[in-house]
Amino acid sequence: MRVLLVDDEEELVSALAERLSLRGIDVDWASTSYDALTQVESKTFDIAVLDVKMPKMSGLELKRRLQEKCPDMKFIFVTGHGSEDDFRAALSEAGTAYYLVKPLSIETLIDKMNQALKE
Amino acid sequence: MSWKSDIIGETGLQFYGKTAASLSHEMKNALAIINEHAGLLKDLALMAEAGTPMDPGRLTSLAEKVMKQIRRADGIVTTMNRFAHSVDESIKDVDLGEILEFGATLSRRLASMRGVTLEPRLVTTPVRITTNPFFLQNLLSLCVDFATAAAGGGKTVGLSAEETENGAQVRLTGLEGLGEVLLDTFPATREKALLEALRAQLAVDTEAGQLVLALPRDID
Repeated sequence: MRVLLVDDEEELVSALAERLSLRGIDVDWASTSYDALTQVESKTFDIAVLDVKMPKMSGLELKRRLQEKCPDMKFIFVTGHGSEDDFRAALSEAGTAYYLVKPLSIETLIDKMNQALKE
Repeated sequence: MSWKSDIIGETGLQFYGKTAASLSHEMKNALAIINEHAGLLKDLALMAEAGTPMDPGRLTSLAEKVMKQIRRADGIVTTMNRFAHSVDESIKDVDLGEILEFGATLSRRLASMRGVTLEPRLVTTPVRITTNPFFLQNLLSLCVDFATAAAGGGKTVGLSAEETENGAQVRLTGLEGLGEVLLDTFPATREKALLEALRAQLAVDTEAGQLVLALPRDID
């Protein structure tokens, strides 16, 4: 599986990428939505893990743009917010059921990625 | 309670909630980073147990990153505590420069979501006024919210305080898009209620791209 991680917290996304990489997962990361859009121009990813709240372009908007470029890509959202109702409504609007709340459990993240890929 | 008191109460609660949500989001991020670094340390320890040599420099680097996030989290908690105490006294002698700097700290994350940088310009001499600090912080937050929308992404909004003949004024500069925003929506009812409560006046200067908030020296 080839994974693209996107979060504006660079230290978070780079450490998470390293941990996934140690588990044999092929992973790249971006700390801005614009960087993520550039990366998909030259590489193919099976799944994108996106932070919901990012400056300039939210994770929900990024998903919409990535889907235009990569229709088969699967998505998992990550949020720091505990406000479940608002978040579920946003996910429903974005057409995905996969989400995780920070701080992440890497085992749960890998489980969710496997589930999303089996869809 | 008058309708104006109701509006001020409601907008105050909204401000309190929005600020608490923003700060707790920041805190979650700091904790999430500590979580990943701790996880990485555990991964490296497991690899060392299995025979992979451990690089002491890597451990030092990870420990420093954890400490950096602990300092960040401590700063967030200090900010939350200071904000919580901002309602302790309804009338207080304050340094407007300090109020602006704290207001910029509270609004920085929300501004950065719009791609806008907030730049409080410090003055060497304190600009002191007697006012309601929470109402003022609330009004400043609403002005900053409007200003960041008017400035547009990639821009910097400056915040400065200066003494005037009758009190002091706050200037929000760099609002180049003022001409394009709907000025008939600002100041709205809640801003007007806070302006009245603070005995303040707000001027929107489209040509200069700035908001000027005039405050009395003493609210009483």
